[in-house]
Amino acid sequence: MASIGKIARRSFLVGVAAIAGGVAVGYYYYRKPFPNPLADGLAEGEATFNPYVKIAADNTITIIVPRAEMGQGVSTTLAAMVAEELEVSLDQITVDHGPVGSAYYNPGLVVDNAPFAFFNETTTAEAARSGLEVVAKLVAIQATGGSSSTRDGFDRMRQAGAAARMLLVSAAAQKLGVPEAELEAANGNILHKASGKSLTYGELAALAATLPPPEEVALKDKADWKLLGTSQKRVDMLAKVTGAPIFGIDVRLPDMLYGTVKMSPKFWSKPVSSDLSMAEKLPGVVKIVPIDTTYGHGFGIIAENTWAAFKAAEAIEATWADADYPLDSAAVTDRLIQGLGEDGWSLRNDGDVDAAFAAAKPERVIEADYAVPYLAHMTMEPMNTTAQFKDGTLDIWCGNQSPTVLRQLCAGQIGIETDKVNVHTTSLGGGFGRRLELDYALYASVLAAAADGRPVKVTWTREEDTTHDAYRPAAVGKFRAVLGDDGLPVAVDMKMASPSIIAGVMRRMFPSLSPVGPDKYIFDAAYDQPYTVANYKVSGVAVPVAIPAGFWRSVGASINGFFHEAFMDEIAVAGKIDPVELRKRLMAEHPTAVKVVEKVAEMSHWGEALPQGKAKGFAFTLSNGSWVGEVVQIADTPAGLRVEKIWIAADVGTAIDPDIIKAQLTSAAIFGLSAAMGQEITFADGMVEQTNFPDNDSLRISQCPEFEVAVLENYHKMGGVGEVGAPPVAPALASAIFALTGNRIRSLPLSKAVSFA
Amino acid sequence: MQLIVDGKTFEFEADPEMPLLWALRDVVGKTGPKFGCGVAACGACTVHVDGQPIRSCSVAVGDVSGAITTIEGIALSDKLHPVQQAWIEEQVAQCGYCQAGQIMSAVALLDQTPDPTDAEIDEAMNGNLCRCGTYPKIRSAIHRAAVLKKAGN
Repeated sequence: MASIGKIARRSFLVGVAAIAGGVAVGYYYYRKPFPNPLADGLAEGEATFNPYVKIAADNTITIIVPRAEMGQGVSTTLAAMVAEELEVSLDQITVDHGPVGSAYYNPGLVVDNAPFAFFNETTTAEAARSGLEVVAKLVAIQATGGSSSTRDGFDRMRQAGAAARMLLVSAAAQKLGVPEAELEAANGNILHKASGKSLTYGELAALAATLPPPEEVALKDKADWKLLGTSQKRVDMLAKVTGAPIFGIDVRLPDMLYGTVKMSPKFWSKPVSSDLSMAEKLPGVVKIVPIDTTYGHGFGIIAENTWAAFKAAEAIEATWADADYPLDSAAVTDRLIQGLGEDGWSLRNDGDVDAAFAAAKPERVIEADYAVPYLAHMTMEPMNTTAQFKDGTLDIWCGNQSPTVLRQLCAGQIGIETDKVNVHTTSLGGGFGRRLELDYALYASVLAAAADGRPVKVTWTREEDTTHDAYRPAAVGKFRAVLGDDGLPVAVDMKMASPSIIAGVMRRMFPSLSPVGPDKYIFDAAYDQPYTVANYKVSGVAVPVAIPAGFWRSVGASINGFFHEAFMDEIAVAGKIDPVELRKRLMAEHPTAVKVVEKVAEMSHWGEALPQGKAKGFAFTLSNGSWVGEVVQIADTPAGLRVEKIWIAADVGTAIDPDIIKAQLTSAAIFGLSAAMGQEITFADGMVEQTNFPDNDSLRISQCPEFEVAVLENYHKMGGVGEVGAPPVAPALASAIFALTGNRIRSLPLSKAVSFA
Repeated sequence: MQLIVDGKTFEFEADPEMPLLWALRDVVGKTGPKFGCGVAACGACTVHVDGQPIRSCSVAVGDVSGAITTIEGIALSDKLHPVQQAWIEEQVAQCGYCQAGQIMSAVALLDQTPDPTDAEIDEAMNGNLCRCGTYPKIRSAIHRAAVLKKAGN
């Protein structure tokens, strides 16, 4: 059914675009499959046209952006898409996340999981994407991740605005008794120029909402955009500079209690023995309840204030069952290295790699072993949720990236139907993938169920947050290449071993289901890069280590971006070819990539002589649909190595908001830099050793380099921007360190081998 | 117990050992200062006591005697503080969670040093962590705020 829709959509696109001079696609998306979640919650005088637009009689225009705002600017960018077609400015509208709803599912996030390179547009790859689009509709998960929101919303949000505008025009035509063709929408009014008459959207909304939605929607040409393609002021900036209560941790409700959790420091372990008596006696403590979930086991504390809850958590005495995974970091690494010797999957196998190595002269072969550690997300806002279970209904307030699954799991946790759960998604004080997990909401649901109908705000300590994350998994890689007489590689063989993120997610969220097939994240940014080498093999092994592994900004590309590109730098050095020149030659089949490489080389004056004690490094990663090249310049100073400047060139296909894109590229590069320079999560006796910022710090302002960013729009498909700045920064920095010192560092964080200023 | 917060006096009962941050957030109802680490390592909880920036997560409420100013109290009669204005003009915030603390540290810096260099900015702001990496814009915004403030805005 849906695949027929897909075909129809394609022909529809071609047909209408040719006739109307605009773009019209996929309107069936929101016209048919799911009910409008806004229909039940309208205020007096409010009318809704589709799941994205509400207009009240007083001319209040509300645009629903059903994606988590975590700093990536999605509430501004997606609202601008609707506003563009609705013919209103951003200061005429209110943006709201809206309720949880299947109508807000994210097919773009799911389709991206087809195991094909972004540039692969063969029939097989497109068929797989179509298949996943069907799956996306069936599971209907509303989620924010994978740098997908802008790409996924681009057509749908504009159609929502256009469809609403068309209904308002129809309503005005009825009220004024004139043909629709004589009417024009502008700045929240429908104008009849001939008569000079004008009606506000508010005056038309009630009538317009009763009219049948249009069958076809024509969208503006890019040349006619007023908002899109131009940097907008963020809609939430005023709230964020005035300390407005927009985050989950700021929720305040009448009669509210406070709480925290103390979960087993060893993942999955249950308490063997516990003594709650000391904790229960502390002033302000209301109740301590056991927590048993698919995420883990422990205790929840309900108290009269957060501080009392924290003190009680410290006073809980418990011993926990032994961990059932490698107990320390050395044992984890050993297990991963063992995995490299096991059979895995290959997602790329061009030519005949084995034959190429068999025929190679030993002096033309290079080999290298790489490793990266576990990483925590360390969002600035620690995990928290406010929950209230009253009269059979569970209300949940929190920043989260996955409200439909959250609703389902929280309902299951306390034994009620899913439709008895309301999710109120707040702004997120950092997401980075951490808030795709649901532990914070599950635990709060347990506490709410024990709170006699009162709301409970459950806030984790930073220590609890750091030691109970779903971590970016550690990984190891074995890389080898055969160099030809011209210095270019004739064969590359890459093998990675890492715990599977998907297997981890399934255990935590859907323990009754088993993952099938390879976990694509183990291969991302290694198998799908726009390099052409005659013999090119990328294989990976999922190693079953039960330390929770999750989505961390740029996910698999945060690992393989480093492995692949640092190794490419080794190939360039061994082959005596400039690293930028090597990329231009190996990526010659992909003009988009070459233009990115050339742009960032030009911006950074690549190849020009530097003063003594300074060096540059280069790296390129295609991830989440964007092509990104970065150059990092470092300087040797008496205090250690200083990262002076980073140049970024990124081709995003179509740039919707240039300033937000630049901010995101910079943000992700700094996020990646923090990890590359100094972060790691290590284990002892099955427990995380780091607890807070002092022992797992991030880049500070004094270490922050200067940035210069260029956004290109050459590729014919739009790319994501939230994560793509992160992957190239570690290999570019490691290559710069090699260029400066001759020290080839193949293991992160780099601070284990060099000192930074 | 009594606290003067953003020009208003609050009377309440609380454990004097409770960190000022939790007294502000849970008892007084001022959620502008944020909880980030609890150990004075991230700056999200920064407020002023008699104009001096402190990490409210690590000061016991019983030890506070001066007037407290939070992010909610720096704008004067509907007019934003120049630092807030500069933050908007430079579009600094991403997730925004650390920004209340960043702004409070920047306000204190400009009160002491009306026209800071980059090095002075780095020194004054190094205790304020931002995981979104808004640092380049924070630097620009502080320079802009210095200009706005001198111009009487």
